[in-house]
Amino acid sequence: MTPLVQMKDVSISFGGVKAVDHVSIDLYPGEVVGLLGHNGAGKSTLIKILSGAYKMDSGEIWVEGKKVDFQSPRDSRDHNIETIYQTLALADNLDAASNLFLGRELTTPFGFVDDGRQESETRKIMARLNPNFKKLKEPVSALSGGQRQSVAIARAVYFKAKILIMDEPTAALGVHETKMVADLIKELKAQGLGIFLISHDTREMMELCDRVSVMKNGQVVGTERVEDVTEDDILSMIILGKNPKKAA
Amino acid sequence: MSDQTASAATPARKSLFKTLEVDTRLLGMIGALLLIWVVFHLWSDQRFLTPRNIFNLSIQTVSVAIMATGMVFVIVTRHIDLSVGALLATTTAVMAITQTQILPQMFGLEIGHPMIPWITIAAGILVGALIGAFQGYLIGYQMIPAFIVTLGGLLIWRNVAWHLTNGQTIGPLDQTYMLFGGINGTLGIFWSWVVGLIAAAAAAVGILMARRTKIGHGFIVKPVWAEAVVIAVVVAAILGFVAVLNSYAVPDRVIAREFERWGCAAVEGCTAGYGIPYSVLLLIAVAVVMTIIAQRTRLGRYIFATGGNPDAAELSGINTKLLTVKIFAMVGMLCALGGIVASARLGYHTNDIGTLDELRVIAAAVIGGTALAGGIGTIYGAIIGALIMQSLQSGMAMVGVDAPYQNIVVGLVLVLAVWIDIQYRKYSGAK
Repeated sequence: MTPLVQMKDVSISFGGVKAVDHVSIDLYPGEVVGLLGHNGAGKSTLIKILSGAYKMDSGEIWVEGKKVDFQSPRDSRDHNIETIYQTLALADNLDAASNLFLGRELTTPFGFVDDGRQESETRKIMARLNPNFKKLKEPVSALSGGQRQSVAIARAVYFKAKILIMDEPTAALGVHETKMVADLIKELKAQGLGIFLISHDTREMMELCDRVSVMKNGQVVGTERVEDVTEDDILSMIILGKNPKKAA
Repeated sequence: MSDQTASAATPARKSLFKTLEVDTRLLGMIGALLLIWVVFHLWSDQRFLTPRNIFNLSIQTVSVAIMATGMVFVIVTRHIDLSVGALLATTTAVMAITQTQILPQMFGLEIGHPMIPWITIAAGILVGALIGAFQGYLIGYQMIPAFIVTLGGLLIWRNVAWHLTNGQTIGPLDQTYMLFGGINGTLGIFWSWVVGLIAAAAAAVGILMARRTKIGHGFIVKPVWAEAVVIAVVVAAILGFVAVLNSYAVPDRVIAREFERWGCAAVEGCTAGYGIPYSVLLLIAVAVVMTIIAQRTRLGRYIFATGGNPDAAELSGINTKLLTVKIFAMVGMLCALGGIVASARLGYHTNDIGTLDELRVIAAAVIGGTALAGGIGTIYGAIIGALIMQSLQSGMAMVGVDAPYQNIVVGLVLVLAVWIDIQYRKYSGAK
């Protein structure tokens, strides 16, 4: 089976600091790959390369068996890669529909933004993702953390992503909302999407992921199937930066 | 991901303004404007709200208001443009030279040739766009703060204008060009009514079409009577404005000079009203176009998104650098349009044309509710802001307040307006 994504030997430096240092990871359809590591280990930088926000210094990215060259987030999106950023990347002054379609507005035959259609599409997707979502006219700054999160998720789901990147999707959420996100990840996985998931919650990762890659100081310490390792193994990889299985 | 408490607390009865779905901020600004008008009307022994003064007020506001619509986009994207007054001077210098020297001398078009004003205007708009785009390039691509680029621009373009004209006043300007100045070019009673009726009909049709689209998407619409009230108010305002401008009678001596222009066969018994000035029509056209850009186009959506969260805009694939170039180019063009009106009103290009306009333009946008923090602002707000500033200044001049005191009052009003806006946002929960 062709992997959805292959990142081969990817490196990027910021002013002499190697944020990502010769990293290779891959992702298959219907698979959830977790990225773990301390703050500053290079997880967010790595996925920002995949989402087109950063340009790598060296390395290759292959999407569905084709080599790609991402110059901007738009290029990444054109390859059906959607990203839910940790910061959510919402324009707080705009309403949910404008945020959902930001950069990909629905237009009328005259080329104007079709607010009516955008709003009714937003209603439909929100009814599916978060039935309690009612504040369609308000700027998203007026929404709760969970509602804002669902706008960010709706943006990825609506455009039929094949590859989904989720950077700490549950960090700002309560217990109930965290469960909704977990259910959604399982549902999307069942539909055949490939998901990169970043989180600090090792237990959550063990439950949701098929494989986990642990990063430290810009390098991948190891990639393991979750059934082959214990939570303690992962923790020691994160802290010590060594793969206990390889050491053994 | 739930928030049931908010949706459960729907009030049983909505207030009148809620039912009408009118913007309370717009109402507030119009209220402030009307208050200023009434105060000056009483203070000046009922000389303020006369057709003549309202006519003058509108033509005095046009130049600043045109530029203020562009300043909204600049401030919404968290930038500032201090160079608009100087840029206006450079564009009017270019346009003055084009029509009095370049076209007649280098291209052999006689003074008064019908193409002169239009080539001149095109040249002015082009120069404004290029200078604006260049400043936008320095801001967007070279990352120099807009404050610095346009502060430099303020010094540079004011004196480039001086250099181009050798510091001379240039004129007289082309007769057709001067029609954009205000009193020199008006529609007259008949055509003003035609324009007024078309505008009123367009507004009514627009409101009804918006309603139909909403129903088509299955959204809740306001009751029919509320829609009718809104349409009635809008139509009455448009026709009322036309009626006032039409009732400003052309003085006998002006009619005597050229009675045919006012549609009379002879001087005797000829009466005429000025009607809508071309400059005001230009402002209305600019306002409509800029409002459409702001609310209905991707460009406008990107401008507001970038202002709300520049990082999010960039991650959404918006080219925020190019966007900055576009915005400043737009402001440059609007400076040229403002310059046409300002120089046509004077009849000359002068060295000090547009001096301190940057402050008036920024103040108009800010009084009109544009937030310097970015992401928030409306075109109509900026125009009402310009009208409030001009009303204060004209009104105080009329009742004999000395110029230094006028400036003190305008300064106070600017700060007060922003404070009220902040309080309003706090209490209304809007951000």
